[in-house]
This record gives sequence, C-alpha cells and structure tokens, in this order.
Amino acid sequence: MNINTDIAKTYILVDKRQTAVAAIGVLLGMAVYIFMNSLMLALDRSSTAVIFKNNAHIRVYKDDKISKELVSDSKTKYLITNPKVAPKSNTIINPNLVTETILKNKNVTVVTPQVNSSVFYNNGKSQISGMAVGVKPAEANAMYDINSSIVDGNFESLASNPNGIVIGVGISSKMNLAVGNNINITSAKGVNRTFKVIAIFRSNVKALDETKSYINLASAQQLQKEGPLYITDISVNIKNPDEAEAIGEEITQLTGYKAQSWQEANNSIVTGNKMRRIVSGLISYLILLVAGFGIYNILNMTVNQKINDIAILKAMGFKGKDVIRIFVTQALTIGIIGVIGGVILAAILINTLKHIHVGGDIGYFPIEYDFTVFIRGIIFGLIITFFAGYFPARKAARVDPVDIFRR
Amino acid sequence: MPILKTENINKFFHEPNEFQVLKDISFEVRRGELLTLMGKSGCGKSTLLYILSTMDRDYTGNLFIDNQLMNNLSIDELAAIRNEKIGFVFQFHYLLGEFSCLKNVMIPALKLGKYSTEEIEARAYEKLRVLGIEDQALKPASKLSGGQQQRVAIARALINDPLIIMGDEPTGNLDSKNTDIVFNIFRELADEYGQTIIAVTHDDDFAKKSDRIVEMIDGMILK
Ligand SMILES: Nc1ncnc2c1ncn2[C@@H]1O[C@H](COP(=O)(O)OP(=O)(O)OP(=O)(O)O)[C@@H](O)[C@H]1O
Ligand SMILES: [Mg+2]
Repeated sequence: MNINTDIAKTYILVDKRQTAVAAIGVLLGMAVYIFMNSLMLALDRSSTAVIFKNNAHIRVYKDDKISKELVSDSKTKYLITNPKVAPKSNTIINPNLVTETILKNKNVTVVTPQVNSSVFYNNGKSQISGMAVGVKPAEANAMYDINSSIVDGNFESLASNPNGIVIGVGISSKMNLAVGNNINITSAKGVNRTFKVIAIFRSNVKALDETKSYINLASAQQLQKEGPLYITDISVNIKNPDEAEAIGEEITQLTGYKAQSWQEANNSIVTGNKMRRIVSGLISYLILLVAGFGIYNILNMTVNQKINDIAILKAMGFKGKDVIRIFVTQALTIGIIGVIGGVILAAILINTLKHIHVGGDIGYFPIEYDFTVFIRGIIFGLIITFFAGYFPARKAARVDPVDIFRR
Repeated sequence: MPILKTENINKFFHEPNEFQVLKDISFEVRRGELLTLMGKSGCGKSTLLYILSTMDRDYTGNLFIDNQLMNNLSIDELAAIRNEKIGFVFQFHYLLGEFSCLKNVMIPALKLGKYSTEEIEARAYEKLRVLGIEDQALKPASKLSGGQQQRVAIARALINDPLIIMGDEPTGNLDSKNTDIVFNIFRELADEYGQTIIAVTHDDDFAKKSDRIVEMIDGMILK
C-alpha cells in the first residue's frame, strides 16, 4: 500500500466516530438526493402517462384564421376594420395525402385520423354533454393504449361493431349503463343515433371519464352529417415525445396545418412539472452540498489537529501533493462509504414506498428505480466529497513546517 | 571535500520587530565529521539548523549540500533531498502520535521507496534494537516516555542512511546511559559509514567527545 494511503487509513481508523459522522452526513444527503429525484421522475412519468392516454404527441388540425383587410396599404387611407374568424370549414382537406406526408417523417410512429364531435348522451331522462371521438380503433389503441384503461368489455370489438361505443366510467355510473346497454346520442348537428356500450374505460382523469367516449370514425362522420373525407384532427405519435415541438413545426411547414405539440396543449401541466423539477432538483443538490460541508468541516478540523504531523511529514520529505493525497484520500473514503450507504438506504426507501398503496387516481406510490438518477447521485456525491476534501488538503499542503516547529 | 557548506548566511525576523537572528554564517562540515553546535539559549542554533536542513528558505547567502546549491531549488526538490539525504531529530516535536513506533521509523523509508516493505521493517527493527526500544516497537508513539520518543525519532532519522544527520538537542531528554548509547551510534556512523552528524547540544561531555565544536553567540559563529 502506498504510504500516503496508509497514513490516510490510519487517520480514518483512529477517529472512527468522526469518520462515521461525516459518512452519515453523506449517506443521508445521498439517500435524499436519489429518493427525491426518483420521486420526481416517477411523478413526471405518471403525469405524462396520463397526458398521453388522452393526447397524441402532436395534434394536426385546421386552425381558425382571422380575416384580413382586403386593402393592404393602410397608411394612405383610413380604414375601419373588424377582423373576425374567417368562415371556413375546420376540416382537413385531402386527409389521406396529409397522412402520407406526415408518415414520411422518420420520427413518426403512428398517424391516425380523428373526428371530434360534441354530443349529448341521453338515457331516459338524464342527459350529459360530452365529446364523442371518432377513431380507427386499432390505430387509436396503438396511440393511447386504450386497452389498458378498459375496466369492462373489450375495446377491440369496436372495430367490428359499427354501432358500438366505448364510454368513460363516469358516464356509465351517472347514466347507470353497463356493457351491452344502449345509449342514445344527439350531435350538435342534430343527428340522433343509438349506440351499444361495448366497453367502459377509466382514464383516471375524472373530467374525461364523465364526458368522453370513443366511436368508430364513420359513426362520428355520420353524426356530423359528413362523408368519409371529413377529418377534423390527425393525431401523430413520434419516437421521442420530447421532440414534439420541433417535429410539429416540420409538419406545419410541410402540410400547412397547425401542428400542436402535447406540451403546448398541456401547457399548465408541463410548466408545473418543470417548476417542480427545478425546485426539487435545487433542493436535492443543496442537500448534497450540505453533506459536502459536513466533510469539509470535519476535514478542516482534522487538518488543524494534525498540523504537527503534517509539519513532521514535510520535514521528512513529503511533498505538498503527498499531503493533498493523504487528506483527499480520507475525504473520498468517507465519501465512498457515505455514497454506498446512501445508495442502499435510497434503494430500501424506494422499494418500500413502491409497495405502498396510496389509492385514489395514483394507485401505488409513484416512485421508480432509475439508473441515471443513481449514477448522477453517485457522481455528484463523489465530486462534492472530492472538493470538500481538496480545499482543507490544499491548506494542509501549504503548511510551513518551520512555522509549526517554532511554536 | 565538504559535505555541507554555507556562505554568508543572514536571516532576519521582521515580526514583532526587525531583528537579525543570523549574521554572516560561513562554515564547512566535512564528510564523516561529528560536529556539535553550542551556544546560549536564543542565540539562533535552531534557526540555523532549519536553514541547513532546507526546511527554511527565507534567508540570504548560499547553502551547498553534497556540492549542490540549495538556494534556487523548488520546494518539492528540497523535499526530495530531505527525504533522501538528511535525517532530522527535532528539539520538541517528535513523532506521529497515532502511529506505532515501528511505523514512525518506517515512514521516511516507505516514502523513499528504495527497499521493499519487508526489508524496511527489518531495518526499522534493527535501528530500534540498537537504541534499546525494540520492545516498544508496536506501541503507539504517543504512549512512550519523552526519552523513548526521542530515541524513536533518532531511529527514524537514521532509517534512510542519510548523508547528514541533524539533531536539535537529540539527547536533551536522555539519561547519561542512553546519551552514551546515542553518542556511540553517531560515532560509529561517522567513522564507519562516513555519515555526517551536526548536533546542537548543551551537554559539555557530549560536545567534548565530538570532532569539532562550533560556538555561536548572538547569531554569529565564533572562530
Ligand atoms: N518566528 C520568530 N519570530 C521572531 N523571532 C524569533 C522567531 N523564532 C525565533 N525567534 C528568535 O530568534 C532567536 C533564535 O531562536 P532559536 O530558536 O534559533 O534559538 P536557539 O539557539 O535554538 O535556543 P534554544 O537553545 O533555547 O533552543 C531567539 O531570540 C528567538 O526569540
Ligand atoms: Mg533551539
């Protein structure tokens, strides 16, 4: 063993209590860091998972246009204008071509047309207003994973059932509807039709469960009194949802239609998540930093206590960098002990909480093991302990032995 | 051929007030010489020894060790020279208290890395045996008496077979029997191995038996 390491080891073992206190500081900082970040990650994922159950990554639709003045040169003449939404239809023209164009993008995984129609659900005397979404069942399932939120019935049988409807669990309980029952729907265009409930879903978003239903695309077009080319929305999923904004812009440029990213559509949730991430990230780093200060303090104390030893070592020919190595080794050893302990404690915490059922919309406590969170914690833990050791060590390296001997 | 030579070494302390502690120190020490440095308390013996041992770089004048000029060497180069060529026995501060006596003796040799750990340990035991403290080898150094600690420090100064051994009252805490033992060791090292000893002492008997006495008065060497 190198003599510097040997000396560091002796110092660590001689003052076990001090070593333990410093290591526990790192351990707790580390555990809190990993725990908080794992929690945030899981919360983020579960909130985006809820979003993606009801939103495509990108929604392509025809945006309302405000009418423009017919005269462009407004400087020379006085002009009174009253811009209004131009009375154009909000359908996508030639949806098949648009779909094909979008599909050419390598990042796109699923493209499916959609017709949204505002409707009234009627059953006996009760009436609920809501939104019937016309979809191609197989594609819609690929996009929203509707199968996983079905609580009764079978979503896939919608494809073979032109009169079928899949309703939210809220509608089902309010109107007392079970799979196999009939439900009457009136559209905004005044079309009235009876559907048969073939499945019930629970999205964990109460407002949607009480208003939303899925029907076949053709049925939705009929409710709008339109033909098979009537498409209001094209939903697009991509490989990496984080790139939705950039890819959305590409799509807008290619097709001329508005492409809204999920981030834009869920602005408040996304910014809320971002803020939560910033705050919790900051706090978790600060906690690690505080643990670093623990080591820094203890090492400073050690250096002061060992100032005679340092002087003697230097008199015997130890260089400044040897002294730095001794104390940095000591700090890193404390750091490594703390980091290992912290990782174990965090793993235990996560494992325990994962199995606690908190109920409600959430189910099990939202926390996940994530390799990168652990790695990041370990790296930052070690960097911080390195510097917490380096500064006192540098001070020790600058000790002038003669000053000490003359005391 | 001198192993150590100084030319006009002057040193000042500026705090608390300007004060010249060493004045034109010029002298030579032969290889294999056992030299004692004497003088009243406060005349500057320790100060001179710190300069000779290369630890104190804050002086004017020239210092040659083994014909090499020390003045313009870097701190790290000086550290390497101390490790290899100089053994030092301190006046008050002796050992690393939390390490065993054996380890204390071994540390400079482990740092030098010339021998294997086993060889170093054997050599360290041998030095401790000669100084009569072999039985204390595995005790923590802080648990020893002052005289025992001083002998461990002497053993440590010898471990790398340095060219020069400097001692600041190396026998100050020893009884006459142990003082004789240490003197005889120095004598043997000088005569048989050509090592040079520079020892500060207040012990007249010790000084009389040495090859040469250098007297200091008020920061000057008496010719
Ligand atoms: N750091 C310092 N600042 C100012 N003056 C100092 C300092 N260190 C020592 N001195 C003074 O320098 C002079 C020489 O001190 P030194 O320690 O070299 O004496 P010494 O000959 O070794 O004495 P002793 O025999 O008591 O050990 C003394 O007058 C002392 O007061
Ligand atoms: Mg002195």
